[in-house]
Amino acid sequence: MSSNLEDLYREVILDHYRSPRNRGELEVPPATKTDGFNPLCGDEVTVYLQVDPETDTIVDIKIQGQGCSISQASTSMMSAAVKGQSVDEARKLIRAFKALMSIHEHKLEGESDGSDLASDLEGVRLGDLEALQGVVKFPVRIKCATLSWNTLAQGLDERG
Amino acid sequence: MSSLDVERIRGDFPALQRVVNGRPVVFLDSAASAQKPESVLRAMDDIYRGSYANVHRGVYQMAEEATAAFENGRAKVASFIGAPSRDELIFVRNATEAINLVAYSWGRANLRAGDVVVVSHMEHHANVVPWQMLAAERGIELRWLPVTDDFRLDLTNLEATLDGARLLAITAMSNVLGTINDIRPLADAAHAHDALVLVDACQYVPHLRTDVAAWDADFVAFSAHKMLGPSGIGALWARRELLEAMPPFLGGGEMIRDVRLDGFTTNDLPWKFEAGTPAIVEAVGWGAAIDYLEALGMDAVRDHEERLTRYALDALTDRFPQINIYGPQDVSVRGGAISFLFDDIHAHDISQVLDQHAVCVRAGHHCAKPLMRQLGVPATSRASFYIYNTEAEVDALVVALAEAETFFKV
Repeated sequence: MSSNLEDLYREVILDHYRSPRNRGELEVPPATKTDGFNPLCGDEVTVYLQVDPETDTIVDIKIQGQGCSISQASTSMMSAAVKGQSVDEARKLIRAFKALMSIHEHKLEGESDGSDLASDLEGVRLGDLEALQGVVKFPVRIKCATLSWNTLAQGLDERG
Repeated sequence: MSSLDVERIRGDFPALQRVVNGRPVVFLDSAASAQKPESVLRAMDDIYRGSYANVHRGVYQMAEEATAAFENGRAKVASFIGAPSRDELIFVRNATEAINLVAYSWGRANLRAGDVVVVSHMEHHANVVPWQMLAAERGIELRWLPVTDDFRLDLTNLEATLDGARLLAITAMSNVLGTINDIRPLADAAHAHDALVLVDACQYVPHLRTDVAAWDADFVAFSAHKMLGPSGIGALWARRELLEAMPPFLGGGEMIRDVRLDGFTTNDLPWKFEAGTPAIVEAVGWGAAIDYLEALGMDAVRDHEERLTRYALDALTDRFPQINIYGPQDVSVRGGAISFLFDDIHAHDISQVLDQHAVCVRAGHHCAKPLMRQLGVPATSRASFYIYNTEAEVDALVVALAEAETFFKV
């Protein structure tokens, strides 16, 4: 196996792919359900979110859907990372993860000098998620990695 | 023993000499778009360097040369598909635009709420969405011919499905399954119900001798880029009386005979449907691609692809007992596009490993999501063959797949 591929398919990624965390469904309501699609490859993901309105905390999250190892692993890691976090912390994590994927909202391509990356990542502990950094070298796969994060963001937005 | 001199053919294709990730490229994605031979590149370069001008405009020599070369391209394309007249061959951007032209012009002039258009589950989105747009706008009804368990068109309820239909819009060869549909009996059945027949021949024309008159089709859509020609040009062939009765599609220069303050009159066929400056150089390149294919002979092309497809189907099923192949096993009823899936490995992951071996295959839903839902899979990998592919390249595919299988084994 070439080193190139091993950059992409790190052991922790394959572990999440083979044993995905937080698979299942939640009852809607009280939980919310959001569907995400990747029109490029046909992958689908459904994110069930249960947020406690008193504490604004994601008390439970469940995932359904199918996809490639990158999308499955990223989804699994996302669910583990945001479960038990406040909505604000989850949003910070979404921004940090997208920065890791070299996606900077409201910036034109080529405009970033790297300082946004630093500010988006500041004070955020990505942990296992950093294993996904290798994806950046394979531009067509970035959408696989970000699908569930975008779906989570949409779910949080729709919740109002 | 191949019916084609594949080694000599490969030498004609600059892109096939490329090395990717330290290995010679194995290009197995011609169903998405084919590579181009030197003769096509040279024909296009020559026009740009020597005889380039806008067509049907100037009275100077270069403009006349460009116009002649452009119309010569049209004549070759028309002749290649057995069109009775070159005037019935409309240049468009691609097969998708050809189908949209029919939906927009013929469809809006002829279809009313409740009218039925019949399509099949194995259609490309290009032959689904234009009709769904008409359904949303006009309230036409879409009916679907299903696909059997052995990946053929299910004709059990053909007569009932066609009852009251105005149009049957059907692919001649599925870009996912490789399945070839026998057009003539379908056209006969449709015509018996007073329905017209549109054939999406995008995957068929590059690989098999095509005769639109023998099909008794009414509209045929296809493109240059899958048959060694350039991207950016395709064609709609239709029967003259249909084209004459249809209102124009895009308005502008070239498509008019006269324009006054109070209106316009349309140009003769085929220019009535060709508003604006066309893909001049691409038409010339398409003509050169047809010269190349005709020099090989379409029967020899088909024979080569049938043999290679048989070899690939056997090699894949022998080496990987657990592989799922979505398409007929009988190579006499299929083309050289082979869609496959392993139970536990996503098509994207397969493609990524194959890329390390410089093996280029398509992964995804192949713009055929209704079919993918019927098959119950989100995505497949697809290897597809053309005149320049070899048994050694199939072997390279098998080796790369074996590595992917080891890597992702659960």
